[in-house]
Amino acid sequence: MAKKLMKGSEAIGEAAVQAGCRLFFGYPITPQNEIPEYMSMRLPQVGGRFVQAESEVAASNMLYGAAGTGERVMTSSSSPGVSLMAEAISYLAGAELPVVIVNIMRAGPGLGGILPSQGDYFQATKGMAHGDFRLLVLAPWSIQEAADLVQDAFDLADFYRNPVMIVGDGLIGQMMEPVEFTDTREPIKKLEPKTWAATGNPGDRPNNVINSLFLDPEALERHNVKLKAKFDSMVRDEVRYAEYRTDDDYDLLIVAYGTVARVCSTAIDELQEQGLKVAMIRPITLFPYPFRAVRDAALKANQVLVVELSAGQMIEDVQLALEGSRPIHFCNRMGGMLVSPDEVVDKVRAIVDGQSTEVSHG
Amino acid sequence: MAETVFSRPQALADVTTHYCPGCTHGVIHRLVAEVVDELAVGDRTVGVAPVGCSVLAYNYFTTDFHEASHGRAPAVATGIKRARPDLMVFTYQGDGDLASIGMAEIVHCANRGEKVTVVFVNNAIYGMTGGQMAPTTMPGQVATTCQLGRDVEQAGHPIRVAELLSTLRTPGFIARGSVHTPLLAVNAKELLRRAFTYQKEGTCFSLVEILSTCPTNWGIPPAESTAWLEENMLPYYPLGIFKEPEGRDRAPLPAPGG
Repeated sequence: MAKKLMKGSEAIGEAAVQAGCRLFFGYPITPQNEIPEYMSMRLPQVGGRFVQAESEVAASNMLYGAAGTGERVMTSSSSPGVSLMAEAISYLAGAELPVVIVNIMRAGPGLGGILPSQGDYFQATKGMAHGDFRLLVLAPWSIQEAADLVQDAFDLADFYRNPVMIVGDGLIGQMMEPVEFTDTREPIKKLEPKTWAATGNPGDRPNNVINSLFLDPEALERHNVKLKAKFDSMVRDEVRYAEYRTDDDYDLLIVAYGTVARVCSTAIDELQEQGLKVAMIRPITLFPYPFRAVRDAALKANQVLVVELSAGQMIEDVQLALEGSRPIHFCNRMGGMLVSPDEVVDKVRAIVDGQSTEVSHG
Repeated sequence: MAETVFSRPQALADVTTHYCPGCTHGVIHRLVAEVVDELAVGDRTVGVAPVGCSVLAYNYFTTDFHEASHGRAPAVATGIKRARPDLMVFTYQGDGDLASIGMAEIVHCANRGEKVTVVFVNNAIYGMTGGQMAPTTMPGQVATTCQLGRDVEQAGHPIRVAELLSTLRTPGFIARGSVHTPLLAVNAKELLRRAFTYQKEGTCFSLVEILSTCPTNWGIPPAESTAWLEENMLPYYPLGIFKEPEGRDRAPLPAPGG
């Protein structure tokens, strides 16, 4: 298939369709409305169904019901809407249902604003909702990567029987870039038939129940142990990251993800032209976080700079990865303000000139 | 040779339930199971169990089930039905679940005209959590969160779900029955049969509200609870059919030319 210029939101929707998603449940919230709008038009063309729910609470529970039939299903929302879905996401993880959830993050807290942010890192990777569970979290830095990751997300969700979240921001949603869908994409995982789906009991088996309720504490602990083993296998097998200009020696390593990493790559090109040796590692999976890769890359540098559109969320994982072995500096904007390449350049120069204070470890 | 004239429906599991003596959940479960059997749809029926006393309904039916979070069963049912329109999907919800925390979901499920069946069990109280006031609790009725009786100045009046939903313009079948006498139980089964049949034929959304006793949380013996229901609930929650898909709905039509 030839490359096509697509808006991020449309590419995300089309990628889901290409991956076999035939059901979408959503509720309007800026800045992700183009995803449900695209799906409302596209899904009927391929025999699928789109439902505009009465709320994110309902949309996420429709997702739960539809996923329980074994079909490939998706929703998308933005930060406040994802908070409303949090309860259902806990149930989805507890009941081991494969779904794909897209969060086009906007600035918070509260109603916040509609402009880009990475303020939901903690929510996505650590504290989505009640109970012991994890989401597999993927963070694209381009429209092509968003399209690829959405397709992978359906395979990963099916393989692990767990919700997978794609986190982007308004830039990913609104940018237009060339995207290519391959005609011959194969699943990235070996997928088993969904014999657990609740689609009617033929009478020759116990009834299939989609459920997260275990009133017997011993049974619930066994369930939790099983889930933990699953999250551990994600940590073992699913870590993804990319490196930028790490082939040559470097003095300073930038750690950034998503669109912020795009900004940083521009800054790094400029800094290299100025003769400064700077490289970047970019986590693609935020859970599982590439702790070892970040550490290994950081140990080749003298200084580390974390760049985020938040008050400092991913930086805590960088601190965990480095265990104090390298000084960590921080460059950020919040509230929907973006970090510019110039700000990153200035920050790196300040670090090199000894004019930047490393972040406190508390 | 003895002839079997009464046996357990296939759709009902051969297990002992946890329901209290004098509770009518067991009767209503059986009526639903009989209807599923008689319509011969057990192999393509999926139930949605709520949070509440019937939270373990998936253990009492042999059909596949989804457990839903509190109040969300109509949304879960919507997801199932949209994914697999060939399935028969029913929710089984109590009054705290449906009329309090789940009011948005039931209204919009009915308004979209989802081809699902809602079995709504109204016993005027929260059962599983220990007898708190429900939206359907009667004025003056004592509950653990209104120990002097429901004060309508503070808590408003009981919500009549069947009447409320019957104002929607979208076609549907909405009825209220009771099972506190054998004759009424037979009538309630007929309402359930009509509700499931409308779904089977792809006609419309259907909801049957069924009045139920809760001796444990009402604090009266089972034998007296049917009389309490009859004296206190029946006058406020009249039995009957409130909306039918064949154009006999109660919702006001738009004014001519308007």
